[in-house]
Amino acid sequence: MNRLPAPFGSRIDRSRPVHFTFEGKPFEGYEGDSIASALAGSGQWVLSRSFKYHRPRGILSMTGADANALVQLPSEPNAAAERTPIVEGLRVSAQNVNGSLERDRDAIMDRFGRFLPVGFYYRTFMGPRRDSWLKFWEPIIRRKAGLGVIDTKAPHRHFDKTHLHCDVLVVGAGPAGLGAAIAAAEAGAGVVLCDENPEIGGALSYGRYDPGILSGLASRLEALPNLNVLTGTVCNGWYEDNWLPLIQGNRLYRTRAREVILATGAIEQPAVFHNNDLPGIMLGGAAQRLIRHYGVRPGQGAVVLAANDDGYRTALDLLDAGVSVIELADPRSGDEAGPLHAELRGKGVAIRKGATVEAAEGTPGNRHLASVRIGGSWIACDLLTVSIGNAPAWQLPCQAGGKVGYEAGTQMMTITLPKGSVHLAGAVAGTDELEDAIASGQRAATAALSRLGHAVAVEPLVTPKSVRPRYVQPIVADPKGRDFVDFDEDLQVKDLQNATKDGYREIELVKRFTTVGMGPSQGRHSALATARIVAEATGRSVGEIGITTARPPVGPETLGVLAGHHEVLERRTALHTRHIALKAEMKPVGSWWRPYFYGDASGAEEAVREEILAVREGVGLLDVSTLGKLEIRGPDAGEFLDRLYTMAHANQPVGRVRYCLMLNEMGSVVDDGVAYRLAQDQFYVTATTGAVARVYADMLFWNAEWRLKVDVLNLTGAFSGLNVTGPKARQVLETLDSDIDFSHDAFPYLSGRDGTVAGVPVRVMRIGFTGELSYELHCPSSLALSLWDAVMAAGRPHGLRPYGLEASRILRLEKGHILIGQDTDAITTPDELGFGWAVSKKKPFFVGKRSIEMRARLGQTRKLVGLQFPAGARNIPGESCLVLRGGAPVGQITSVGYSPSLGRHIALAYVHVDDRAEGSRVTVKCRNGELVEVPVVAHAFFDPSNARQEI
Amino acid sequence: MKLLTCPMNGPRNIDEFQSFGPVRAKLDPDGTADTDWSRHLFRAENRKGIVVEWWRHVPSNYFFLAERDLVSNEIIRTFDASELRDLA
Repeated sequence: MNRLPAPFGSRIDRSRPVHFTFEGKPFEGYEGDSIASALAGSGQWVLSRSFKYHRPRGILSMTGADANALVQLPSEPNAAAERTPIVEGLRVSAQNVNGSLERDRDAIMDRFGRFLPVGFYYRTFMGPRRDSWLKFWEPIIRRKAGLGVIDTKAPHRHFDKTHLHCDVLVVGAGPAGLGAAIAAAEAGAGVVLCDENPEIGGALSYGRYDPGILSGLASRLEALPNLNVLTGTVCNGWYEDNWLPLIQGNRLYRTRAREVILATGAIEQPAVFHNNDLPGIMLGGAAQRLIRHYGVRPGQGAVVLAANDDGYRTALDLLDAGVSVIELADPRSGDEAGPLHAELRGKGVAIRKGATVEAAEGTPGNRHLASVRIGGSWIACDLLTVSIGNAPAWQLPCQAGGKVGYEAGTQMMTITLPKGSVHLAGAVAGTDELEDAIASGQRAATAALSRLGHAVAVEPLVTPKSVRPRYVQPIVADPKGRDFVDFDEDLQVKDLQNATKDGYREIELVKRFTTVGMGPSQGRHSALATARIVAEATGRSVGEIGITTARPPVGPETLGVLAGHHEVLERRTALHTRHIALKAEMKPVGSWWRPYFYGDASGAEEAVREEILAVREGVGLLDVSTLGKLEIRGPDAGEFLDRLYTMAHANQPVGRVRYCLMLNEMGSVVDDGVAYRLAQDQFYVTATTGAVARVYADMLFWNAEWRLKVDVLNLTGAFSGLNVTGPKARQVLETLDSDIDFSHDAFPYLSGRDGTVAGVPVRVMRIGFTGELSYELHCPSSLALSLWDAVMAAGRPHGLRPYGLEASRILRLEKGHILIGQDTDAITTPDELGFGWAVSKKKPFFVGKRSIEMRARLGQTRKLVGLQFPAGARNIPGESCLVLRGGAPVGQITSVGYSPSLGRHIALAYVHVDDRAEGSRVTVKCRNGELVEVPVVAHAFFDPSNARQEI
Repeated sequence: MKLLTCPMNGPRNIDEFQSFGPVRAKLDPDGTADTDWSRHLFRAENRKGIVVEWWRHVPSNYFFLAERDLVSNEIIRTFDASELRDLA
């Protein structure tokens, strides 16, 4: 056991052991341990195999940001072992291994590295044949590539979403974030402070600092009720106008902040040398996190590579943890000796200035670090901590518009944000020292507060302690290679140098050619080194090279967090329960559920036939509630409809119903319906089910420009509609208690009446899609059931039958009535439909007028006509089958069906304009490829004189 | 997510809105040649700079105008359509 006593191990509870397995072997840790810390505590340092060469890999950063420590859980791939807590009985296995982690058959790849140069895939898998990639190479590579395995039978988890609004959002609860959040909250602002770690403090929680600083800040924090602290919460992106997703476990906070302070800190950078990826080589921060968070001793004999104070502090921490520090190598040659230097010397640690780690060697199979070479001599050790520099955590700032630069004087990567509501604080803004970080947080809070209109005292600008120039490690390719720049993708120095030699000089191209920065760490440990290598190789500065674009998400996120809820959106008419009771076969039509026919599915054909006959010979009832219903009110209502529709409505008498046809500006038919004039200043207009939402929007869009005195109301859901149709329709309605005279003379075809039927207020229109005597009764949806029941009861002696959509479709087809969207397409003109009668020649303007005139001049090429197949014809073309003329397509079938009234199949189709005359024969190509000849019918198939609807 | 300030409903998430495109020059239908009319229908200018666009707040079906910088995507101001005549 590598466990340390308290006070080390702030996250773990030693009284609660937790058992789990890794690669089938049992392990024990404590409550609060992460998978990686519990394994490290038991001496298991290898966590995974690398992506390309299958080299053993272990803890690098303890931040969960890289592929080294991704593991497989039973129902979750790519879990970050450094962040995922252990739970009793958890089964963990390694990823990207062929065989086992210990014996990986693909470890041989490490020997063949020189045969896998950068761009290998692009160069190799092109041939030999054009389809070789898809047929041969891709399946092989797919088996080899990828990390974890998805469990398609994983149990569903519940994810929820909530909204969060605040004055100031502070991302990162390190010293700078705490300083900012406390200052903003003490001034009275509503503050949210989030941090991905389970505790606040950032570096204060694991670094070598006086614990009193963090406890002091924490007690000020707790005294502020307007400061909401969200720990274990990842801020995974910045979107426009300060919209930020905060993810806490399975919950997504959609956060809108007025001001944002990004105190995202800095990312420690690894050193580049031969075998720099061996388990046992870790960043200084990783060693400190293991010690302070988890009470895990990171090794027995350590070498420390330190090019900054943090490295010296790490060495002191290692000593406190009982690790023997064999030597500290400081590559800086300067002979300045700070207090930390003296303290280490006092403890007898050998410090070698101007020296660095040149290479490392591993135990057999490279399973752990065995020794490092410094100044040409090999030193045996099992731990190397690396503290050679940081890069600011640029992801969120860059998403918020920040520009990355490079200061040649101090050798620092810098981030500059445009002036606005996003502010930087702390290490991400370049501060070095603890006090500077806290002060920088307070300054950011002051800037945010003044933008929010708080009266804030302008603090005297504290001069930060002099920022010392950063050490820059010279990156030279090792002759033996294995000097990794990108651990995720197994990229070495020479790979990047070769990419520049191949002509990929720009960073975005280098990234795409080599895949650098494309792995799970997204360049956190490789972007700066890559920029330096490319700068060196192309003779430019690091600032000129820059880094690749940072886009959301900042880190991986579970798809469940993004997914919406699973409820299917559906609409039911007010009469839905009645249809179900009548055993209707319901079908979805757009978002609506409508009866397809009534009765058993086995007798579908018979049921539809009977429903059609009922309408033709008796009386039928159709639920037309899904129709769009709009009310147009106001003194300009008539003028408004005149501009929108092709027919004349301003002169339409009150009590009359008129067909209305709508075009778009291109002159194409987009909708039709009827307009019933209820009063001089009031119309009731129907629209097709699918188009009403758009028609309603378009109406107000046009009027936003026209400024006519009208008001448009969408009554689609509020009103229901019943169509009573058939020769006996009048008899049925006349038996009902009503103040409406349904007689032919009092209520002629194409007129409308207001009144009550069976005590229900109704608007009745004499219109019909079926070609029979029809009354369409519209009433408030809340009363639709009573009206339906009354009509059904009154109709019973007359054999009234409710009919469904299929019967309705055939009934209208027998009359040659079109369905917008089915028999029209994006370029259909009224002329093509033979609707010249519906287009006013007198109106000076209506939408689409100019365009149909122009299109008429261009010449009409097709026309919608009826096609009547001979009785008993075997081969009937389906909808969308092509109409040919001289072998070339000129149109298509738009609707087809069997008419029981006529005893044969009928269809609507676009044919060549010269074939439009009655009796022309057109050729149609059936689904089976056969060509059939069909005669054209230029009038309604059934009741060509339209006498029946007007009785 | 971007915010758009509706003159009637105040600042709302932009996914509550639908864009209806830039305000186009009004042409006299009868005084315009066919080629110019086609161009008017099908050709979008999409020039760098500031445009005035129609927007719809979907839940309230309210149409209004917004001045937007096509380069920075900054919405400079929003206003009711009654002001359009003053602009023209």
